[in-house]
Amino acid sequence: MLERGDVKHAAQLTSAPAAETEPRPLPAYLRLVRDPKVVCAGGFILFLVVLAIGAPLIAPQDPLAQNLLNATLPPVGFADAAPGFLLGTDGLGRDVLSRVIYGSRVSLTVAFVAAGLACLIGSLLGLMAGYLGAATDAMISRLVDVWMAFPPVLLSILLIAVIGTGLHSVIIAIVVIDWTRFCRVVRTETMNQAQMDYVVAARTIGFSRPATLFREILPNVVPVLIALLTLEMGIAVVVEAILSFVGLSVSSDTPTWGGMIAEGRQIVHEAWWVLAVPLAALFATVVAFNQLGDGLARSLDPVLRR
Amino acid sequence: MTAPRLAIEALSAISLRANNAPILRRVSLAVDTGEVHGLVGESGAGKSTIAKAILGIIPSQVKITGGRIIFEGRDLLSLSANELRAILGRDIALVPQDPSTALNPSRRIDAQMTDGLRLKRGLSRKAARLRARALLTEVQIRDPERVLSCYPHQLSGGMRQRVLIAAAFALEPKLVIADEPTTALDVTVQKQILRLIRALQERHGTSVLFVSHDLGVVAKICDRVSVLYMGKMVEQGRTADILQNPRHAYTKALLAANPRYDRPDTGLEPTSPEVIVALRAEIAAFDAGSSTGEARDG
Amino acid sequence: MLLAVIVRRAAMALITLAGVAVIVFVLLRVVPGDPVAMMIGPGATAADIAALKARYGFDAPILTQFWIWVHGILVGDFGSSITLHLPVTEILANRLPATLELAILALLIAVLLGGSVAIAGTLMRRTLGETIIDGLNSIMLAVPDFIWALALVLLFAVAFPVLPLTGRINPDLAEGFATKFYLTESVLTGRFAIARDILSHMIMPTLALALPLAAVIVRLLKQSLKEAMVQDYVLLARIKGFGELRLVLQEALRNAVGPTLALTGVQFTFLIGGTVIVERIFAYPGIGNLAIDAVINRDFPLIQGLVLLFGLIFILVNVAVDLGVAALNPRLRHA
Repeated sequence: MLERGDVKHAAQLTSAPAAETEPRPLPAYLRLVRDPKVVCAGGFILFLVVLAIGAPLIAPQDPLAQNLLNATLPPVGFADAAPGFLLGTDGLGRDVLSRVIYGSRVSLTVAFVAAGLACLIGSLLGLMAGYLGAATDAMISRLVDVWMAFPPVLLSILLIAVIGTGLHSVIIAIVVIDWTRFCRVVRTETMNQAQMDYVVAARTIGFSRPATLFREILPNVVPVLIALLTLEMGIAVVVEAILSFVGLSVSSDTPTWGGMIAEGRQIVHEAWWVLAVPLAALFATVVAFNQLGDGLARSLDPVLRR
Repeated sequence: MTAPRLAIEALSAISLRANNAPILRRVSLAVDTGEVHGLVGESGAGKSTIAKAILGIIPSQVKITGGRIIFEGRDLLSLSANELRAILGRDIALVPQDPSTALNPSRRIDAQMTDGLRLKRGLSRKAARLRARALLTEVQIRDPERVLSCYPHQLSGGMRQRVLIAAAFALEPKLVIADEPTTALDVTVQKQILRLIRALQERHGTSVLFVSHDLGVVAKICDRVSVLYMGKMVEQGRTADILQNPRHAYTKALLAANPRYDRPDTGLEPTSPEVIVALRAEIAAFDAGSSTGEARDG
Repeated sequence: MLLAVIVRRAAMALITLAGVAVIVFVLLRVVPGDPVAMMIGPGATAADIAALKARYGFDAPILTQFWIWVHGILVGDFGSSITLHLPVTEILANRLPATLELAILALLIAVLLGGSVAIAGTLMRRTLGETIIDGLNSIMLAVPDFIWALALVLLFAVAFPVLPLTGRINPDLAEGFATKFYLTESVLTGRFAIARDILSHMIMPTLALALPLAAVIVRLLKQSLKEAMVQDYVLLARIKGFGELRLVLQEALRNAVGPTLALTGVQFTFLIGGTVIVERIFAYPGIGNLAIDAVINRDFPLIQGLVLLFGLIFILVNVAVDLGVAALNPRLRHA
């Protein structure tokens, strides 16, 4: 009917809206750097890592040094404060600032190791459930359901009571509780991806099942995983704090945020800073991980970007 | 001559998203009391924009750049949101295009029909329900009690459209805008719906602005017709006149493109390229004329 | 139709519960070291240990122990608590009402608070107000009940010491109750002064539990509301002349609740799990607080009973949510 020339000509005449070409989307890592959330949160975490690694050099005092003469000194700026103890001292005269800095070691170790392991195990099971057929899926899904019927805190306390206290127990407890989170997400992603054409194409070309799994599906699942992993780190930090609050984490010599919080809770009327400082540190860390995860999810997943 | 119910005067609009491309080019039309006025044009011609402008729901990417919409002596475009809200529903109503999405799936039919009556006419729940039932009977629904207690998904498309028509006329508005009310329906149902609208309109003395891309449908129900092409009004007049003696090239092309069952020897005529080019040139000339600072009404 | 759904859900729930029971049983028997020896003080002879074992049935083979326990469950006998020397069912029945009142009050507050903010955010969409709400909510989503609880302690112990920090009720007032549902009973019988006292004890743990749930509700409900508000039926209602608030409440809300309900239900189970630590922080006498002690003291019968109870609550909540979602959708109701 119409000839191509007419259409083009007509379009010019009436200045009909030509499809606006959108500027080319930036590669992922550049997008990340431009997102203020990611930058701030990531920066804070980086700062924490530096703090944790360099604790012996950065902390002004020995975190374990008790001195009852200096007990419950308020932070600098309040009456009766002492210059060497910037954020005050606790009931045994130990420097709060140094203990908080050292406490970050436990928190971050747990965060990275526990979340990483949970991610690994959960993802593996999720991949299997999503791709290896209905029987495997049913089994794993049932397992997940039963698992998730436990209150997480209770399960973790139970596990520690069974395994015994210590950093390894905390990590095991977190992994055992939260692998289901990754499993579910990865399973859904895998099932979605498995139906897409490229997987079918890969299979028909002759890739064997595991090869297809890793080569084609995994890279597409990774963005979701990374976001979930950062969120999980935040959760791991909280779980560790709760466990050390209840006294079931590392031995009481090692300073932990949860342990400091527990002690602070006891003497909150006399020395509120012993509770406030580690609580603030915990709050900032959790929020940072959360915002980082959020920002990553937004930057890496084109659907979520709005 | 009495003033028309609705008078659109030199309405112009542009699309902010598409580089300020014109959507409406000084469109003028008038709907008299008790008249069914057809607004015909192809997709993208701007008919829905006109309807939306009357109802005050133009999307944010469209900007009205001139003109007035006079209803009951007031310019709808100059009213505040509250003033417009007072008029909507009571004096102006809409029969929407798609009956499957225009009804709230979680509310019963009686609730959706009576809420307007209770809000705008102050009827009690009982009185509103009676009125709704009466109107359902008017649109020839045989078991109005049952329909009232139904949820939308329990009704067929045709039934839902009848409900929507009944709801639009229930408040005895002065103007009903029918936005392609038969497009989403089966052909067999279309005729009934058109007859219904005409019957209701005559009984209640309502003016109707009937928006459609189908000249054949418009021909069956409208007293007068306005033909819109790319936002510009190219022909207006009584339906009979336009059908017998179309003057504008586009109207002729539209008519030729319509299968006419009463003239089986004529087939679908594709619009010739020359006509298209001529039409585009006409639009371009209009744009050039208006962009050289010709006085804009408004 | 709906009945079939209920029956199927109930069957799945029972299976899950059975799974939970088995896992707990196995887990506890896997404990390294001798649990009985830990219960007795030092200086116990082998004979004492053996006697205690026999008393609690730990000397029987594993399968026998399991059978005894399963049989006990079926007849309602969960054994006796080793630390409290009372039947487990009695202990649980005594402490459960406190936690139920806490959880339900927290749920109510979360729904009211979260719902209001979500509606406000929808009314303010595409304005600065919405951006602020989103930003604040985003941070609140990150904060767990543990941190809220302690922040509240700081706020109301140090900054404004107006609320009691521990317990459920002023001990002087804890008399003359027929049930253990202190709050409900005192309100229903018109003893408002007592109710006020209980509430002053409950407000901090309740808030600590409610705020994370409220944040989730704000995000989910606002999203669902925004999606509903662009639907055609809302546009038609707008053309009928209804105002913005009316549109949100009358048209959008009932369509937005369904999708929100499912995820909120999951979040509510987290809330119940959170009672374990929140009750501890405020020394609130519910089953959560009990759980920590039970585990630390290796009180097996009590632990088993508690885990089963929590599991049951979780499952019931999930079933209720499923039913709620089904009931809300007219299409499913009249299928």
